[in-house]
Formats: sequence, structure tokens, C-alpha cells
Amino acid sequence: MAERTTKSVIVDPLVDNNPIALQILGICSALAVTTKMETSIVMAVAVIAVTAFSNLAVSAIRSYIPSSIRIIVQMTVIASLVIVVDQFLKAYFFDISKQLSVFVGLIITNCIVMGRAEGFAMKNGPWLSFWDGIGNGLGYGLVLLFVAFFRELFGSGTLMGYVILPLDRNGGWYNPNNLMLLPPSAFFLIGFLIWLIRAYKPEQIEES
Amino acid sequence: MSQRDSTVNTLLTATILCVVCSLVVSVAAVGLKGKQEENKMLDRQKNILDAAGLSIGEYGKPASELSKAQIEELYAWVSEELVDLETGQIVKDMDPADYDPREAADKVDTSTEIGEVPYDPGVSRREKVAKVYFVTKPGTDGFQQVVLPVYGKGLWSTLYGYLALKGDLETIQGLTFYEHAETPGLGGEVDNPAWKAQWEDQKLYDENGQPAALVYKGTAPPGNPYAVDGLSGATITSRGVTNLLRYWASEDGYGPFLSQLKNGKSKTSGS
Repeated sequence: MAERTTKSVIVDPLVDNNPIALQILGICSALAVTTKMETSIVMAVAVIAVTAFSNLAVSAIRSYIPSSIRIIVQMTVIASLVIVVDQFLKAYFFDISKQLSVFVGLIITNCIVMGRAEGFAMKNGPWLSFWDGIGNGLGYGLVLLFVAFFRELFGSGTLMGYVILPLDRNGGWYNPNNLMLLPPSAFFLIGFLIWLIRAYKPEQIEES
Repeated sequence: MSQRDSTVNTLLTATILCVVCSLVVSVAAVGLKGKQEENKMLDRQKNILDAAGLSIGEYGKPASELSKAQIEELYAWVSEELVDLETGQIVKDMDPADYDPREAADKVDTSTEIGEVPYDPGVSRREKVAKVYFVTKPGTDGFQQVVLPVYGKGLWSTLYGYLALKGDLETIQGLTFYEHAETPGLGGEVDNPAWKAQWEDQKLYDENGQPAALVYKGTAPPGNPYAVDGLSGATITSRGVTNLLRYWASEDGYGPFLSQLKNGKSKTSGS
């Protein structure tokens, strides 16, 4: 791999090497938390924080980690960070943490976090790893926001909680698409997004 | 390389890592605990104020939009009491502030099994002693409302909420759920303010004193004093709400407490 610069590790995961769209990682939480923009933003920030700091920590101690227990060491670091983030949300963003419920805790099992720790932070310095974590978290967050934008707009007629399309049940005219409120709709939207990205960047298409 | 992978070094690394990580987690958990407890309490108070309609009544907006000081000011009208559900008596020798009904419902010795009942709330146990809330506006004599915690199974989750009754103990003031995991947009519409508003002035009991409140399947017939519109696309959540309301209104739930209160009310209330 060529020499990575700070800029490239932040910018690459946004479109060129997006963890969800290209690597198809972290799909589960992308389905679960994207019914609203607000929860998606908080989830994205939480994942950015966890990926960045777990990369930083793993990279900082990478030369001391015995290879036989390296996965467990990464897991312990990630799990501790997730608990800290969860506690922090409960203390300062109580309403949103109530809506995100178990999904903050499930960041532990988000393949992106672990994948970056094992795939990048174990081989690169702390500074670069930290920014790689930020970049991948942002890439994940972008997809989350894309999906949440359509799900909230067509499922609830609102964006960030503000009414855009008044619902018929509240006296407006828009009959919401209930599919958008159910997890499968995120599959369709992510599928469309991957299609769009690959139509624009054909080099991402896998050889069959 | 071999130095790093030796048994001693592996154990040492694991130990140091565990100590450091547990320190970080403990500091976060202990340091933020006060703030979290405060949030939980504030959240519960907001929901009680919303069920009782106090926030809308005084400020014209839901409690979630009030400041902390405003919530505390309104909540000063609310007094907490513990009630033995079987006898309907108020329990005097326990402090309501230290009592957690959700915890009590989980423990065998402080809860009782819900066996065969006419209206099945879908949960297997309930606490023996419940925490109820009396709303007394300043400068008035006797309470205007009683807020009763209710819960029962919907489609995916147990719905936890508060049912506020007016002073006659038969007319509903409001119903609000503070915790559930029903499908957003379908069963999750139990949170829709327009739907919740229908509960005001509905009757909880029929003329014979039987629990009669009902979430109708479809649009409720106009003039029916018991029914509210069903949640479209959420038959099971709607049925769950009906069942849990009727269960808690029945003799197995708050029935004994409400009839005691009704008999004794002439003594405590001027209205």
C-alpha cells in the first residue's frame, strides 16, 4: 500500500472506500437507527468517537499486544469505550439515548470498529489511525444520514422533527409510506446508494 | 518478537489492560451517575405531568419543552403515595421516594403472579405495592386527579405508562406511555399527541362499574364514551392498550384502591 496521508485516510472512506457501501460492514445498526435524522446523527457521532479512540488506543499499544490475544485486547478497548459513550449519552442526551436504547451498546459488535482496529491501527501509527477512525466513522455517518433523510421524510413526513409533509392522520395531505418505518426499507435505500456510487465510480464493481 | 509473545508478557498485558479499562469504565459510570439519576427522575416527572395534562394546562406545551425549574415547580403539586393493591390501603410505613415499583415487580417476594384474569395484560407478575400520584393544585382542598402507573404487553414490547383519572375516579384525564418499543409509525403512534388527546373525558368504567375503556378497531363510533380510535396498522398494540387499561382498572389492579378512595373521598375532598 502506498504511503497514506492524513488527508487520504479521512477522505477515502467517504465515497471511494466507504465502509458500508463498498465493504458492506456495519449494516445492522444502519437498518435499526435510521428512522429519524436526529438519532442517526447521534449514532454517527458515537461511532466516530468510538472508532477514532479505539484506533488511537490500539495503535498506541500495538507493539506490546501479544498476537495470541490481540483480538480480545481490541475487543476490550472497544467495549470500554462504548460503555463510556453510552454512559455519557445517558447523562447528557437522555431522550436520544432512550430512543437509541440497545444500539449504542451494540456499537461493540459493529464490524467497522473492529475492522479498522485490526486492519489499520495494528499496522499504522496512532496519529494516522486516529484520523482513519474519524474518516471511517464519517463514511458510516454519511450513509446513515442518507438513509435517514429518505426514511424520515417519506415515513414520517418530517426532517429533524420539523414537519415537511403534513400527515393525513394529523389533518394534512400526505399518506406516509409505512415501509419506510420498517428496517427492510433501509436495505432498499442502501442498495440504491451502492448502485449510485458504482454507476459514478465503476472501478468499485467487483469482478464476477 | 518472542519477548512480546511470551506467556508472562501475555498475562501481564492482559492484566494491565483489564485494570486500565475497568478504571476508565468505573470512573465514567460513577462520575456520571448523579446526572443520569437526575435525568431519569425528571423524565418520570415529565410523563406524570403530561398524563395529568398539567403542562398543557399551565404552559400550553408538553412537559418535554419545559425547563427544569418549571417542571419542578409543577411537580410540587404532585404527592406520591404507596398503595397495597390487594387491600387498596395506603401504605404508611414505607417511604415512596425510596421505593421502585419496577424493581419490586421483578422480585418474587415483593410481587404477585397474575394468573387467569378477564383482561390479560400480557405480563406474568405485578408488584404488590404500587406507587400512585395525587395531583392537588395549590389553594384547593383535596386532590383533583390521581395518576396511576399502568403497563402491559403490546406487539414487541411492554408498554409502560401513566393513566390520569379525574376527581370522580371514573373519567380519564389522560394516558401517556413513557417506555415502549412498538413499531414507529404504527404501534408507536401511541405517542401521537392527536391520538392521546382522545382519551380526555372518556369513561374508564361503564354504569355497572366494570372496566370499559376501549381502543376501537377502526374509527370509534361518535358519542361512545368509552372508545377511542384504533391505531391503524397496529391491531395488536391497540388490543394490548385495551387489555392493560382494563386489567389495571379491574379488581386485580387498582379496583380496591379506587373504591376505597371513592368511599373515603368525602372526608378528604371538598369537591
